Amino acid sequence: MWVVPAIPPALYLMLSGVLFTIGVIGALTRRNAIVVFMCIELMLNAVNLTFVTLSRALQSLDGVLFAFFVMAVAAAEAAVGLAIFVMIYRSRETINLDEINLLKW
Amino acid sequence: MAENIGTIFEWLVFLGMAFGSVMASFLLITRKNPIHSALFLVLNFLCVAVLYLLLSSQFIAIVQVVVYAGAIVMLIVFVIMLLDLENELRSRFKIVYSKAIGAFLALLFLLGILYSVVAKSPTGKVGSAYTPENVNANVKAVGQMLFTQYLFPFEIISVLLVAAIIGAVILSKKRT
Repeated sequence: MWVVPAIPPALYLMLSGVLFTIGVIGALTRRNAIVVFMCIELMLNAVNLTFVTLSRALQSLDGVLFAFFVMAVAAAEAAVGLAIFVMIYRSRETINLDEINLLKW
Repeated sequence: MAENIGTIFEWLVFLGMAFGSVMASFLLITRKNPIHSALFLVLNFLCVAVLYLLLSSQFIAIVQVVVYAGAIVMLIVFVIMLLDLENELRSRFKIVYSKAIGAFLALLFLLGILYSVVAKSPTGKVGSAYTPENVNANVKAVGQMLFTQYLFPFEIISVLLVAAIIGAVILSKKRT
């Protein structure tokens, strides 16, 4: 009798690595600050997938709670980061990252 | 054959969602219009939420849809519409050496991740959290753990969120 094996956790981890790398490439190559911000959210999401996968593989709920905390921190980061973008746009009329090279102006 | 059908269906859902999330994230970093990027970000989050369901973590899947795909992307789309990015649509994605080197290093990083995943299976103390009744009542199990063992980090997170709200209000307040 041929039995189909269950999905191994290594496949989930590979998928999360691929998503993280796509996020890194996006954050390194794009110049629009909001797109870079979205790529950072993508990376956080990939790390969350790793947490939940290992939580399932090791039969422990701690990983799920860590993913929950990562989500809460990402929400806080979104609020503050987007407020900073609005402020930069108000004073510089652009959020192109190549032109934002000073901490104070 | 009958016991295989569930597993085959899981494989199909996993492969479809993996393909969908990778395609959505690839399109996210290549589209020129930031609104399109935000919508592909939503697609990616939804695919990953289905993967969480496959991993039998219903709580984190629902939170993913509500917090990430709902709240955070709504904020991002709102700010994109607030800012006038019309003139930045052109002259993007020129091949610059620094960016090519960065992408190359990121690919090396991916090779490192893949090697570390394949070379060694995850080790650690194996618990017994995913019993059948816990899987069926995932929200209850997570809530019990959150309000007993992880109560202090939970309170810290609430303080962090209040600080973020105050910071966002102060930052975006008009200076007069």
